[in-house]
Amino acid sequence: MHQKNNVRYLYLVTVFFITLSGFGQMPIFKRYYIADIPGLGWLARFYVTHYMHYICAALLIGFSAYIITGYVMAGRKKSELTVTGYLRGALIAGLIATGILLVIRNFEGYMFSHNFIIFLDLSHLALVMLFLLTSLYCLIFKKKWSRDSNQ
Amino acid sequence: MTGNISRRSFIKGGLAACAVAASGIPASAAGADKDKQLATLLDIGKCIGCGACVEACSEINAEKYPEPKKPFPRMYPDRAKPEDWSDKKDVNDRLTPYNWLYIQSADVTVNGEQKTITIPRRCMHCVNPPCVKLCPWGSAKQLENGISRIDPDLCLGGAKCRDVCPWEIPQRQTGTGLYLDILPAFAGNGVMYKCDRCYNRISEGKPPACIEVCPENVQEIGPRNEIIKKALALAKETNGYIYGENENGGTNTIYVSPVSFEELNKAIKTGKGKPHLKAVSDSMGKANNLLAALAIAPIAGIAAAVGTLYKNSRRENEVKRDAPKE
Repeated sequence: MHQKNNVRYLYLVTVFFITLSGFGQMPIFKRYYIADIPGLGWLARFYVTHYMHYICAALLIGFSAYIITGYVMAGRKKSELTVTGYLRGALIAGLIATGILLVIRNFEGYMFSHNFIIFLDLSHLALVMLFLLTSLYCLIFKKKWSRDSNQ
Repeated sequence: MTGNISRRSFIKGGLAACAVAASGIPASAAGADKDKQLATLLDIGKCIGCGACVEACSEINAEKYPEPKKPFPRMYPDRAKPEDWSDKKDVNDRLTPYNWLYIQSADVTVNGEQKTITIPRRCMHCVNPPCVKLCPWGSAKQLENGISRIDPDLCLGGAKCRDVCPWEIPQRQTGTGLYLDILPAFAGNGVMYKCDRCYNRISEGKPPACIEVCPENVQEIGPRNEIIKKALALAKETNGYIYGENENGGTNTIYVSPVSFEELNKAIKTGKGKPHLKAVSDSMGKANNLLAALAIAPIAGIAAAVGTLYKNSRRENEVKRDAPKE
């Protein structure tokens, strides 16, 4: 149980910082004085939020691999995903997929068409908004990711 | 995470693990092809600072210049200030939304002789341009031939491109563009403008206007690898210095100068709209170095999960073995 809680807190911290650094990719924190709050000045530094987004993305991918492997190999016998669990999982999968393509785009050279890059940028933003709304709904209505299989 | 690992579930887990591991970045992506990019070579030892290139640039690109609607919408909070160059279209001693190329001058000593060196300055068209790659909406684009340009129909004028550009090249004009149709009071602030290296002329097989009109043939354009070879040969021949070959990971604007760029940088006026000539490290390369972390992450996650399952499985087996038999 102790280990499960540690994983949960690490996941929540990662999601918090990846979301914050993700929004930091837009020029909003300086405009809206948020970067003026002591300790949050880094939110207006685009390269800092860029590096932080990459590091948090690595952690999120690591967590996802950990959870998926555990679920497929053993967890399914004891618990199964709820509908909101599947929905959140699908949104995270979409975010990871579009994020990976954006990382590839960031290497030098002409990788993708301009329209596809716009699609990636907008879908990455739309997916995170949907994920945040879904998470808020699950928090308010106490919806869990999974339930016991024998229920 | 508890439970025994059966052979079947191990194979299933392995397949899932492969799917996640496949989310790593393909190594081939790191070695993109630079050969298709066109670069310009500027032999600034030849430049006489006549300004013909600046005039030609303004004339040819006049149709692309902004026509802002006034009065500008009030912006909240008031930290977002309008940037208006529409009444200062004739300013040509710096970069503005109406002046994408200007002549920078430096008084220096060459071989013991006092001399004024003039340098045409515009967008460097980086090989891996941060203005394009870090634009949150995809408004800035890089063409296959290496030109980076900002789409005035999509740009919201947030000016992130200027903040991430090592030379702060793009310049903003308020009161124009898409932001006026969305939430002009709360998001966006116009459109960013900079040299697009006459992309439309190049697509018609014509050279950029600044190259075509130069009476001294200061500039030439060609495939980047050929331009680099010519720049190296010219620098060797004239005992000169090169700028742009490695700056910001490499640019498609290569300067060759008879004076070191360190010295030139001390002698030029720099500031807003007046780019420096300092050495610049690879802005995008630093983040791209984190690729290893992204590639290792799924493998580490899988290893941790398998390790935890194995440990728990062993513990359960031990408990079963040690349990008193009835």
